[in-house]
Amino acid sequence: MVKNKLNREIPTPYADQYGVYGGEFANIRLYNEHARHIKPVKPDHSKLVASIHDAIVATGLKDGMTISFHHHFREGDYVMNMVMAEIAKMGIKNLSIAPSSIANVHEPLIEHIKNGVVTNITSSGLRDKVGAAISNGIMENPVVIRSHGGRARAIARGDIHIDVAFLGAPSSDEYGNVNGTKGKATCGSLGYAMIDAKYADQVVAITDSLVPYPNTPISIPQTDVDYVVQVDAIGDPTGIAKGATRFTKNPKELKIAEYAAEVITKSAYFKNGFSFQTGTGGSSLAVARFLREAMLKQDIKASFALGGITNSMVELLKEGLVEKVIDVQDFDHPSAVSLGENADHYEIDANMYASPLSKGAVINQLDIAILSALEIDTDFNVNVITGSDGIIRGASGGHSDTSAACKMSMVIAPLVRGRIPTIVENVNTVVTPGASVDVVVTEVGVAINPARPDLIEMFKHLKVPQFSIETLKEMAYTITGTPEPIQYGDKVVALIEYRDGTLIDVVHNV
Amino acid sequence: MKINHPATAGTLESSDIQITLTPADSGTTIQLQSSVEKQFGEQIRAVIAATLTKLGIEEVAVEANDKGALDCTIKARTIAAAYRAADNKTFDWEEINAWIN
Repeated sequence: MVKNKLNREIPTPYADQYGVYGGEFANIRLYNEHARHIKPVKPDHSKLVASIHDAIVATGLKDGMTISFHHHFREGDYVMNMVMAEIAKMGIKNLSIAPSSIANVHEPLIEHIKNGVVTNITSSGLRDKVGAAISNGIMENPVVIRSHGGRARAIARGDIHIDVAFLGAPSSDEYGNVNGTKGKATCGSLGYAMIDAKYADQVVAITDSLVPYPNTPISIPQTDVDYVVQVDAIGDPTGIAKGATRFTKNPKELKIAEYAAEVITKSAYFKNGFSFQTGTGGSSLAVARFLREAMLKQDIKASFALGGITNSMVELLKEGLVEKVIDVQDFDHPSAVSLGENADHYEIDANMYASPLSKGAVINQLDIAILSALEIDTDFNVNVITGSDGIIRGASGGHSDTSAACKMSMVIAPLVRGRIPTIVENVNTVVTPGASVDVVVTEVGVAINPARPDLIEMFKHLKVPQFSIETLKEMAYTITGTPEPIQYGDKVVALIEYRDGTLIDVVHNV
Repeated sequence: MKINHPATAGTLESSDIQITLTPADSGTTIQLQSSVEKQFGEQIRAVIAATLTKLGIEEVAVEANDKGALDCTIKARTIAAAYRAADNKTFDWEEINAWIN
């Protein structure tokens, strides 16, 4: 057993293989970028194949290889299930899958794991039944949880070598020029898929909207694509926007948003040309709304908004309050439409968004990030992956990336959820280290990380109640009682990679 | 207080607890289902047991279906179920107030 810098115990074999977390930027080193194997395409060659089955045959996919998918269709994705069903039928086993994330809709994966088709998984997150099954220990090898920036790093450095990427393409021509803004199931940005296309040995574009050559704009170019397959449907447009919420009326969420907006607008960062990123939760969207009012009142414009884009960002862009939207993923239909129509709404890949090993990610230019949390502990460590019962149900996302890189990271969360305290003594699982978290905002007030004396000075006269994080925890425990620690088993079911590739925590079975 | 017949208080809504008391021959048994069993199961059982003791109920079967209720809710639902099961409609608030916290 090895203890990392946060005193989290990492079993020695994994510690030896990955290294252990030693600080936000302690393991950023020179490296050689991973190179892919290329089958050149001659002038008379057609990339069009008749079916997913034929595409799998053409790639020569065999036991033990690594395949990848993107999660831009979110809960509306058909591609992963279609491809995995065909692979299972063909009798291919022992695959590693490296989707950018896994949704509820991917429940059939459980059968593929049980049948030995899938034996290794890396993903940003695991939801619902798949998460519960993994937590129960159905896999022999632990799932590797990577942040969005961490996944881009892992692919660029060759920690993940993708043999075949199966990429859902909202539109493609038959030579493999792909975008996400035209077609039947538009998801907008293809930011996560662009990385797979660039580094995978072979790329299969799967589309339900085959358009005449050349398909523009080009998000994934023909020079990255080996095969094109036409199918009836790649995704359900309503599922793509699922979970994106409208403006909240919940008084607790509004109070949190009001306090968060007060912190932002009273900070030194809130001036012409500032930049920000918000999430998709009720509070987070409400922050954007309060921010808009303050920007109008004080005549302040943002240089860019980053994300994870929702319609609330798009509206700020249209109003001229935000000059550019930098977009790695869209959470609703209006955002996807905007990406297609507005030249100031710009698509980027995950490497440019958040990789710690790129030549400078956009998050390095970001002033303020507003992030959510399942749990925050008195060391400011944040858990966004396991529930209070210890079961994997969340996603790492860009949490550890943006909070490490931006100038002021704010984690917004209710003090308690039902009987579950959000501010706790020790988080079940660390995804983001406390060193990256600057301000915690709850409905009763805020806690500023003592590691940021500059912020404590900046907010001396803030008209929001301020507490130590320990006091917030006590307030939570007074309401809920002190929770019993979760009794875990001995089996490691997930490894939590920090964005640099070292292990920040592990998850045991329950 | 004497339990005469089965009675229920509470709902299955989030943050509530539904408590059903049934007469028993001897002792108190508590059957709990809780969405927060792992973190708070023992505390919930203790709060129900302590509330019944304060009410002077010693022979009862408790069925509790918890959806993450706070202690104050658990006490209130237990007391309500007990008064209903005992057909007792004269609430001695001062007496309850003396031991509830």
